[in-house]
Formats: sequence, C-alpha cells, structure tokens
Amino acid sequence: MNPYRRSPLIIAATALTLFFLYAPIIVLIVFSFNASRISPLFTGVITKFGPFLLVNGNVVQSPCGPFHWFCELSKNTEVLNAARNTLIVASVSTILSTIIGTMAALALQRYNFRLRTFSQVSLYIPIVIPEIVMGIGILVLFSQLFTFINDSLKLTGDSQLTFGLGTVILAHISFMIPFVTLVVQARLQGLDKSFEEAAMDLGANEWITFQRVTFPMILPGVLSGALLAFTLSIDDFIITFFTNGPGSTTLPIYVFGLLRRVITPQLNALSTVWIVIVLIVVFMIQRMESRKV
Amino acid sequence: MLKRLRESKSAQGTLLIIPTLIFMVGMLIIPLLLTTVVSFGHPNSNGGVNYAFSLDNYIRLFGYSTDCPNGQSACFNSLYAEILWRSLLLGLYTTVLDILLAYPLAYFIARVHSKWRNTFLFLVLVPMWTNFVIRVYAWMMILRQQGVINSLLGWFASLVHVPFSPLGMLYTSGAVLVGMVYEFLPFMILPIYTSLEKIDNPLYEAAADLGASPFRTFLRVTLPLSMPGVVAGTILVFIPVMGTFIVSDLLGGAQVILVGNLIQRQFLDARDPTFGSAASLVLMVLTLIVTYFYTRKFGFSEEIIAV
Repeated sequence: MNPYRRSPLIIAATALTLFFLYAPIIVLIVFSFNASRISPLFTGVITKFGPFLLVNGNVVQSPCGPFHWFCELSKNTEVLNAARNTLIVASVSTILSTIIGTMAALALQRYNFRLRTFSQVSLYIPIVIPEIVMGIGILVLFSQLFTFINDSLKLTGDSQLTFGLGTVILAHISFMIPFVTLVVQARLQGLDKSFEEAAMDLGANEWITFQRVTFPMILPGVLSGALLAFTLSIDDFIITFFTNGPGSTTLPIYVFGLLRRVITPQLNALSTVWIVIVLIVVFMIQRMESRKV
Repeated sequence: MLKRLRESKSAQGTLLIIPTLIFMVGMLIIPLLLTTVVSFGHPNSNGGVNYAFSLDNYIRLFGYSTDCPNGQSACFNSLYAEILWRSLLLGLYTTVLDILLAYPLAYFIARVHSKWRNTFLFLVLVPMWTNFVIRVYAWMMILRQQGVINSLLGWFASLVHVPFSPLGMLYTSGAVLVGMVYEFLPFMILPIYTSLEKIDNPLYEAAADLGASPFRTFLRVTLPLSMPGVVAGTILVFIPVMGTFIVSDLLGGAQVILVGNLIQRQFLDARDPTFGSAASLVLMVLTLIVTYFYTRKFGFSEEIIAV
C-alpha cells in the first residue's frame, strides 16, 4: 500500500485547497438570498424568514419570497438578451467547429498530404499564445477589412459591415477548432486501425467505412471535443470582448460591464443559476462516462 | 475528377483539412501578420492606422520617451518595461503557488479509493466551469471594504471589544495574485492528477520494499513521473495569466496594470492600435520564449488536453 495514502499532511492540504476553491462559490450563493440591496453586509438581514426585503430601512414584502433577486433577474431584458446571444454563439460555433475539427483530426491521423506538418503546427499556435494576442489579431483584421470594404463600396448606415454576432461566431470557431481536433486526434490515435482495414477488405468504400466503423468508434471523442468547445465558447471573455459589437453582448461581457459600474445582488442570483446549471451538467457527464466504462 | 479523388489518399486528406486551413490561415496567421504590419505604423487622428515602416512603437515600449521632465529631447521611461516585468513575475508567482496548492489535492484524488474519485473530480470541475468573470466577482465580494472578510473580522472584533477598521484588500497587487491563483488552479490540478493517476501502485510497493522512506519514494518515483502533468499545467496557467486583463482590471483597479490592460487600453481608450499591436506581439514573443525554454528542458506532453 502506498505509504502516503493517509498522511494527515496531504489530507490537511487537500481540505485547505478545497476550502479555497469553494469559499467564493458559497459566498456567491449565500448572498443571492440576501435581503439587503447593498449586499456585502454580512451582519445584515439575510432572509431567514422568507418574504422580507429591506428597502431604505423598511421591511417590505417581496412577491417572490427569498427568491426576490431571481425574480428581478428574470425581468432584466439585458441579461436575457445576453443569455440568448451566448447560447446562439455557443451552439452555432460548437456545431461548425466540431465538424471542421473532426475532419482535420481524420486528415492528420489517417492521411498523408503535403501541408500536413504545417497544419499540425498551426493548430498548436492558439494553445501556446495568450488569447489576447489572437483576439487583437482578429480585431485588427476585421476592422481593417471592414473599413476597406465600406470605403470602397461606399456603404453607409445599416448596410455597413460592423462587428456583431457574425464576427463573434467566426472568432469562436477559429479558437475552438484546435481543441476539438486535438481531442479527436487523441481518440483516433488509440484506435486499432485493423477494424477499418477489415471493413475495406470486405469491400466497403471509404465513406461506408467511416460511417459504419470509424465514426461510431470515435464518437465519444467527438462528443467530448464538442462539449469542450461548447464550454470554451460559453465561458469565453477575451476573444468575445474584442470581436463583439452593438447587440451581440454575451453574458461574460455583460457581467464585466456591469461590474465596472455597480454591484447588485442580481449578479449573485445570476451566479447561482449558472453554478446550478454547471452542477447538473457536470453530474450528468460523469454519470454518462461511468456508464460507458 | 471524382474517380481520381476516390483513388488518391493525398487528395482526400487535403480535402478534409481545407476548412481548418482556411480558418487557421484566415483567422490566425493573416491576423498575426497584419498585427505585425500595423505595429510598424503610426496612429492617425481618428483611431485608424497610417501604414509606415517605423520601429517607434517598439522603441517606446522598451523605454525611449520624448516626454521628459527637465526639457531633454529624449530620456528613459521605464513605465512599459515595468509593466512587462510585473506581468512576467505575476505569471511566475501564480504558477508556483498553483503547483503548490494543486499538487497535494491531485495526489489525494489519484490515491483515493476509486469509489470516491469521481466525487472529488466533480468538486474540481464545478469551480472550473463556473464562469471566469463570475469568479472574479466572488473575490470582489470577499475582499472589498465591506466585504466578507472585513465583516467577519469586524464581527469578531466587536465580540472581543477591540476597535476595528476595515482592511483595504481590494485594489492591491495581493488581490490580483489571489484572483489569478484562484482562477487558474483547476487547470493545474487536472493535468497533475492525470499524470499521477497513471502511476501503478506496485511501483510504490517496490520502492517501499526496497527500503525507501516515503519522502524518498516521493522524490525519486512520484515526482519525476508526474512531471509531464506539472509541465502541462504550467503551460495552461502561465500563458493565460500573462494575457488576462479582467482579474487585474476588477481586483487591481488602477493600481496593478499588466500587459493585458496595456493592450486593451490602447485599443479601446487611447485609440492607438499601432502601439497596442506592438505590445501584443511583444507579449506573444515573451510567452513563446519562456514556453520554449521551459518545454525544451522538461518536454511537452499530451497531458495538455487533460482539461
């Protein structure tokens, strides 16, 4: 048996790190139920008895009880718009980058072609350079391109090309492709080629082989690549920050903008909703994975 | 044509890679080249670029200044060099602290009974998947003047009848360091865990049977075998810390300016995309140099996709 297994030192360090990881999350959740509008008052009234709310020193009833800030949040159209944008960007860019990335993984792992090394190296670049460098590059590209096109075609008003959901989606696809490709490639690497060879020997062409043999076998890799891409997209701040425009604000951008101006318990309510969704998703993924094994 | 495609493996491979190449060239390589071109230019009055070939932006970044206190025409201004140095140090401190915090936890998860392993991994994944900006907000709530720590300390002080004035913790470099360490900790835990989990139990038993003390076993067996994870975690932590500006913006205020803030301000407030581009390229070269020497010394491995 490993001699370190029950070392109290390791257990203490683990407990400390877990406390460090969770204290902020617990703070976020607790204060989303806080009765005070100026949320940081730890000694202030926390809705212990439900439907009370402290406004200007008066105790008033809230129709939503302890979920007051969640109700306020659900009426906040800016948040709802940002949430909708986030989901649109994440779904579109996940689908496209998963298809493109899986194709690239197949090409790199199963075929030989002239630009192979170049392609593989270019896929590592987004991982080894800071995200802001890529964000700035795309910002410079689009702003120069848009100025050029708008000027040369004499576009004015609404017909002008500007930053918006389109630029955000394009930017997201380009930083997600490398991650999807690497995940699917790792899966392909571990696969026995003889299944595919057997299918070909039995007369299946490349497409049928892919459909019936390769794809079902790499499907778990494709799914985890897609999941990674989706979470990267939903969470992304830096690249979105430099590529979004009016009307294409995503949740992280909205929260950041809000935080620079004001702090409201609505943000805690939003955080709590977010954390609960993450809890459910992570739980479901783990269940799925353990069933697979 | 179709027949040729069916027979040529090389043509099929090319066809499969084309969309990726379009994105990688169009959205990564061309933008980087364009950034380089812009960095050699001058800004014009409406925030655009006058293309030229001058090294002015780089010279300015490394300390040349024409805005001097005692009437000189040129002098050394260390402002930008200090920002670069501060970012580099912060990247270094954050990485080291994250290794120290992550290692015991990763070790614990890798050695815990397999029945409990998923539960602990779950505990690591939840903070990681909770939005980055929201987690910075949590630290604002904890650290500010009437924040959680000050409220707790105040409450405690009132219990023991000691006068208490709130500590100014937010908007300090310490706050930025704590925020960075917190944000990137899961990215260190997972790769280290992945490499520790691969070590077979018999290896520990063999070391113990041959008379190695637990400490010696750790030093000679565990640590070397987990190095790929530590290296991957370092890359996953160091590179993003160097380019992040939200943490320093929200937790450091105007006190702690990093390269990321400098670049962002050039594009959004100062309206000088040429200087911002130069700073962005210098940041890229700086991280590439550090990563290159680091991975050349310790190797580069697949643990990088453990996350």
